[in-house]
Amino acid sequence: VKHLLAIERLSRDEIEAILDRAESFAEVGRRDIKKVPTLRGRTVVTLFYESSTRTSSSFELAAKRLSADLVAVKAAGSSVDKGESLKDTVATLSAYDPAAIVIRHPYAGAAQMVADWTAAAVVNAGDGKHEHPSQALLDVYTLRRRLGSLDGKRIWIVGDVLHSRVARSNLIAFQRMGAEVTVCGPPTLIPRGIEELGCEVSHSLERLGEAEVVYALRMQQERMSESFVPSLREYAATFQIDTRKLNPRQLLMHPGPVNRGVELSGEAIDSPQSLIADQVAAGLVVRMAILYELLAGTERPAPLAEGEVSPPTPIGQPA
Amino acid sequence: MSLTEALDIRPGEAATLILRRATVLDPVAGIDGVHDVVVRDGEIAALAAPGEATLDGAEVIEAEGMHAFPAFFDPHVHLRTPGHEHKEDVETGTRAAAAGGYCGILAMANTQPPVSTPADVSALREQARAGASVAVGFLATVTCDMRGEELTEMVELREAGALGFSDDGLPIVNARVMLRALQYQRLCGGTIALHEEDPQLSGAGVMHEGPVSAALGLSGIPSVSESTMIARDAALAAYEGARIHVQHLSAAESVEVVRAARAAGVKISAEASPHHLCLTDEEVRSLDPHRFKMNPPLRRESDRQALIAALRDGTIECVATDHAPHQAEEKDVPFEQAAMGVTGLETAFAALHTELVLPGTIGLGLLIERMAGGAAPFDVERPSLAPGAEANVALCDLGARWTVGEEGYESCSENSWCAGKALTGRVMVTVAAGQVAFRLRSFSLGVA
Repeated sequence: VKHLLAIERLSRDEIEAILDRAESFAEVGRRDIKKVPTLRGRTVVTLFYESSTRTSSSFELAAKRLSADLVAVKAAGSSVDKGESLKDTVATLSAYDPAAIVIRHPYAGAAQMVADWTAAAVVNAGDGKHEHPSQALLDVYTLRRRLGSLDGKRIWIVGDVLHSRVARSNLIAFQRMGAEVTVCGPPTLIPRGIEELGCEVSHSLERLGEAEVVYALRMQQERMSESFVPSLREYAATFQIDTRKLNPRQLLMHPGPVNRGVELSGEAIDSPQSLIADQVAAGLVVRMAILYELLAGTERPAPLAEGEVSPPTPIGQPA
Repeated sequence: MSLTEALDIRPGEAATLILRRATVLDPVAGIDGVHDVVVRDGEIAALAAPGEATLDGAEVIEAEGMHAFPAFFDPHVHLRTPGHEHKEDVETGTRAAAAGGYCGILAMANTQPPVSTPADVSALREQARAGASVAVGFLATVTCDMRGEELTEMVELREAGALGFSDDGLPIVNARVMLRALQYQRLCGGTIALHEEDPQLSGAGVMHEGPVSAALGLSGIPSVSESTMIARDAALAAYEGARIHVQHLSAAESVEVVRAARAAGVKISAEASPHHLCLTDEEVRSLDPHRFKMNPPLRRESDRQALIAALRDGTIECVATDHAPHQAEEKDVPFEQAAMGVTGLETAFAALHTELVLPGTIGLGLLIERMAGGAAPFDVERPSLAPGAEANVALCDLGARWTVGEEGYESCSENSWCAGKALTGRVMVTVAAGQVAFRLRSFSLGVA
């Protein structure tokens, strides 16, 4: 069984295969009936232990567009509230014989543990502050569409790197696709030793102009149990990306949800160089591609009904 | 104090046996050669010429090619009783110790409830006399229920038989309380063993703070969380002329602090665990909490090298396992949620032999010296193979290869940091406090 647990484990070729697949699904979204039968008769479980709008809704819609049966479980209001362990919850859900389990969990390594406990393909939809591989894939997809290639591009990731799984996945993914990455933020929000991942570290926006892409991170106040910066006001004054700090050729990205007026100014969010809406749109097709790449052709391929469009063929499989 | 004067063990038959043609190595006693080790009535009676010893009624163990060492002493074990007997108790914990070649261990006091009253100590000593395979000594907490506020009744605890004091599992955060304990030591005696950590610096950390924690997005425990507290307590111990023992050293900075304090004449001793001597935080990349989550955390290779250097020069005078049993349900959870600690009694010698002695990093003699070095800091007599000594012997086959966990564990818990590892060197027989405490099942014995 294939899993998507961490960008760290994907080669450039594997990343590109998923992005190419996503391109082919972009066409499906323009049809009247936005569905392909690829996963008909198979079950996808989404299991979210943390709040989410974008990631959960796009995985759910992706599963539906691939014609899978969907079971969406949110920890709040489930047996998790009654103290059920992750292992037992996974065992319970595995009884439905799901083809895939998409899991978001507040702790690092949760998706990998689930992969050890179930026969289903496991997709990591965010594990603690560790990784968020589908976000990185959709960001690379968005950039590749806009720039053609990331080779040699300079990307600055700015803000709360310490608490950000997006920062970690993206900095690996961007570099693997040939970009040079600088992480920037106050020293209290840059993890000690991050430079060993191959990026540069800056504590000032002075050289922001050298970036082709500025990727702003959310101030994750919900993950902060203490004060990492003296005040949000001072943080915004020093590190907020606004239209004065950006030059018009630079692209602006953000994983959402944005704290308007903290890490980004309202103007910057709504400016034409902002790719934030593209990122959300990319989320759907990239997550369809992820489910497709993990599941299509692995077993029980759904027979095509008459008149249906043949689904795309997975890479490396005979058509 | 000899082992049996200071510690408790289930009374049994005093061993009478001959280890025929064993390679005997006791660097402290200056013994290194092939002998028949004659044990009579629980004492080392003689080291006779190989093949020549006879003794009526003695069991003869053909030990040619095997090594006889003074049995090991572990000053840092969690027996989990009272309160968590599903993880370990006196019986299973001492069986694990015996299987690892230990003749004596010290049990930590962070049980549920903690060992804070003379009655707690007495009850545990009774349990040891009823079911311990090796000699066990018990530490009592420094502060009531380990709250770090008021001192326990240290005099009465000592009278009840507490070997020393420790709030292990937690640091003593309040410096004034620490100072009072060190002052009071003049009255009650007993070494104070310290878990050194600044909880403010450790925060919610779950592993060493550095490039690996940065890559994994895990909160880090910086090295200075340990070293700053050791520096504080070394200064307090110097001020009071008190005696402290620093537990589970993990960081290069800490080694420096202990070395400097010693050079300045502070009465400070220190231990390191086999896992800190063998592993680094690179292991945590697997996010496997069963084997790699513990406190203090595994640190960088440079820290490991500093610990090895300190083991060599005596800054660290003993190996201590910090044997910390946990049940599977506390470990079968994501890394950040998992309980801290790994077991180590059954594998300590074999792991260090495999990882440090065989590659030539340290000599066998040094390892043997350090494996029993945990007795002296607590005023317990060091196990010895010199004739006339109480028989405390670990008979080991240094060529035996085995896979950890394949045949299960003597411990009640399976969270061994060596699980699945192939190790070279195995304890075949352990004699503890004059009694045969362990023999490997597959090892056949002859009778004279």
